[in-house]
Amino acid sequence: MSDDLGLWSVPLAILGGAIRVSTPFLFVSLGETITERSGRINLGLEGTLVFGAMSAYATAVLTASPWAGVAVAGLAGGAFGLLHGYICKFPRVNDVAIGIALMLFGTGLAFFFGKPFIQPPAPPLPAIPFGAWSDLPQVQAALRVNVLFLVGAALSVALWWGFRNTKAGLVLRVVGDSADAARALGYDVDRVRLVATALGGVLAGIGGSYLSLYYPGSWNEGISSGQGLMAVALVIFARWNPLACFGAALLFGGAGALGPALQSVGISQGYYLFYAAPYVLTLALLVATSSPDRVLAGAPGELSLSK
Amino acid sequence: MPSRGPNEGEKGVAHLPLTRRTMLGAGAALGLAAATGGRARAATPLTVGFIYVGPKDDYGYNQAHAQAAKALKGMGGIEITEEERVPETNAVEKTMESMINLDGATLLFPTSFGYYSPYLLNEARKNPKIQFRHCGGLWTEKDPPNAGSYFGYIAQGQYLNGIVAAHASKSKKIGFVAAKPIPQVLNNVNAFLLGARSVDPSITCQVIFTGEWSLAVKEAEATNALVDGGADVITCHVDSPKVVVETAARRGAFVCGYHVDQSPLAPQKYLTGAEWNWLPIYKDAIAAMQAGKVPEHFVRGGLADGYVKMSPYGPGVSDGARRNADAVKAEMLKGGYEIIKGPLKDNAGKEVMPAGKAYPEKAPELESTNYLVEGVKGSV
Repeated sequence: MSDDLGLWSVPLAILGGAIRVSTPFLFVSLGETITERSGRINLGLEGTLVFGAMSAYATAVLTASPWAGVAVAGLAGGAFGLLHGYICKFPRVNDVAIGIALMLFGTGLAFFFGKPFIQPPAPPLPAIPFGAWSDLPQVQAALRVNVLFLVGAALSVALWWGFRNTKAGLVLRVVGDSADAARALGYDVDRVRLVATALGGVLAGIGGSYLSLYYPGSWNEGISSGQGLMAVALVIFARWNPLACFGAALLFGGAGALGPALQSVGISQGYYLFYAAPYVLTLALLVATSSPDRVLAGAPGELSLSK
Repeated sequence: MPSRGPNEGEKGVAHLPLTRRTMLGAGAALGLAAATGGRARAATPLTVGFIYVGPKDDYGYNQAHAQAAKALKGMGGIEITEEERVPETNAVEKTMESMINLDGATLLFPTSFGYYSPYLLNEARKNPKIQFRHCGGLWTEKDPPNAGSYFGYIAQGQYLNGIVAAHASKSKKIGFVAAKPIPQVLNNVNAFLLGARSVDPSITCQVIFTGEWSLAVKEAEATNALVDGGADVITCHVDSPKVVVETAARRGAFVCGYHVDQSPLAPQKYLTGAEWNWLPIYKDAIAAMQAGKVPEHFVRGGLADGYVKMSPYGPGVSDGARRNADAVKAEMLKGGYEIIKGPLKDNAGKEVMPAGKAYPEKAPELESTNYLVEGVKGSV
């Protein structure tokens, strides 16, 4: 067993980290992309993510089926999305404020119901060993890919295609870019947004189930550490493009693995700085791609950000 | 943090009936005192407050304290009030004040390291009649006389972990997931390696700092990075070792536990673990209060005092490893065991302890450790 890969272990760890850590980012950011494309922001997805993690874990403990956990997390997430969509329908309700309220509500509810499930173990989601061809345990570990990651990757392509080429995608974009135009065309703006927010919630809930049922793979109250909030910010970074969401999620996942990986090869000075790498990177890219002449490229016109 | 909201609400509601109960109790005690002419102290229950930084069932630091608090509940003449998930901010001052003013607590155990300065010190100055005992070992003579500190020499447990780890390791590399580079954590890292080196001087220990007491994803990444780097026995010093234990076991590495017994999480891969036993410390402090005395200001102890214990050995521990660890444990139980012994260098090559000198377990110098010993890969 040749265990010492030297510096090669750093890119390998970043690859492995990108695959392991990115899935919740990916699901939450895809969900938020659907919601924001309809012209609403749901900041509550952090709460949905945590509640999804709790409900998935609890269901898996009680039924011994991790997939039932994923389903319940999706349903619970959808319920949170519907609640947000329903409240925001009323005139002069601020979607950002409702989102923050739902974020606190979701985490609080998850902690309340999750108390009895901190200790019992749950069956994890299965993974596909794509690294079985290699003799190196590091490669094998890095290439153990969870099914949900593949689903998320496929979903980002499907959404990217669907936004452009399907009627539903077109309606969603019209509603998001100009509510007046959508109403003139005879579409029910509120209903489209309700569905878009619910779908966003479903995806965020499933993202939460990945956290508790695969990686790190246990339920505790610090499981998300703000990933849901970061994923919402990541949508802006990805310019509301599902394919870019996939890339950005990989980037954030990989950057999260950088700090531990560098320490493990002996570069241990200033690890706090390495841990800040994803945020520095985001700042740099946003500065590099911004322009004083136009609003953010790709921003839906109805978003309170671009108004 | 956002999670604070619901807790605060819960507290406001939950504490009112308690207050009333305490008031009634006090009233009854007064009546009794009038009737029997004294003995009020025995009749008034002593209210003891416990404050935890995380959930009290975290398979870790908070659970170790909460287990002791739970065991206390069976004792007569005391009432226990607890609050969990209190951040190391001025939120803990509010919690202490509500325990003092609403629950009538006269003895407080704020258990997290970061509660001490300035929050506990502020409250201790404000409430000179209330006794504060802080877990972590920061109290000095200059601090308020109604404050104090207690801590256990759990580095002894990590030394024994290291011995068992050295017997189990094939790669001769062991790994340590650490939260923050404070003296208590560094002592544990050093002890883990020195224990392993007492068996095989060629062993090295890689340490990875996550920067926070509880950060699930980073702890999992750190564990993966250690296993990728070739480590085949992992231990940790984070608040909740659950993620580290489960991740390491899934990757096929052995685990040494910390804080409480985590063997149910990885029955096959769990070797042994360094556990706290806070109960004797709490019992002594309460007994002192009930006798009308001031509890000790400076309480320290290790295996010999019963403040630290070891988890039962798992199936991966060989007979040789058991004998070796049990022999060293027997030495430690005599008291005064020296882990940091000269000649000893830090991992930058600087001498930290000349030949012929040593720090016994109670040496105050150990509470300002700022180095990693030779053989540990990583930097403070």
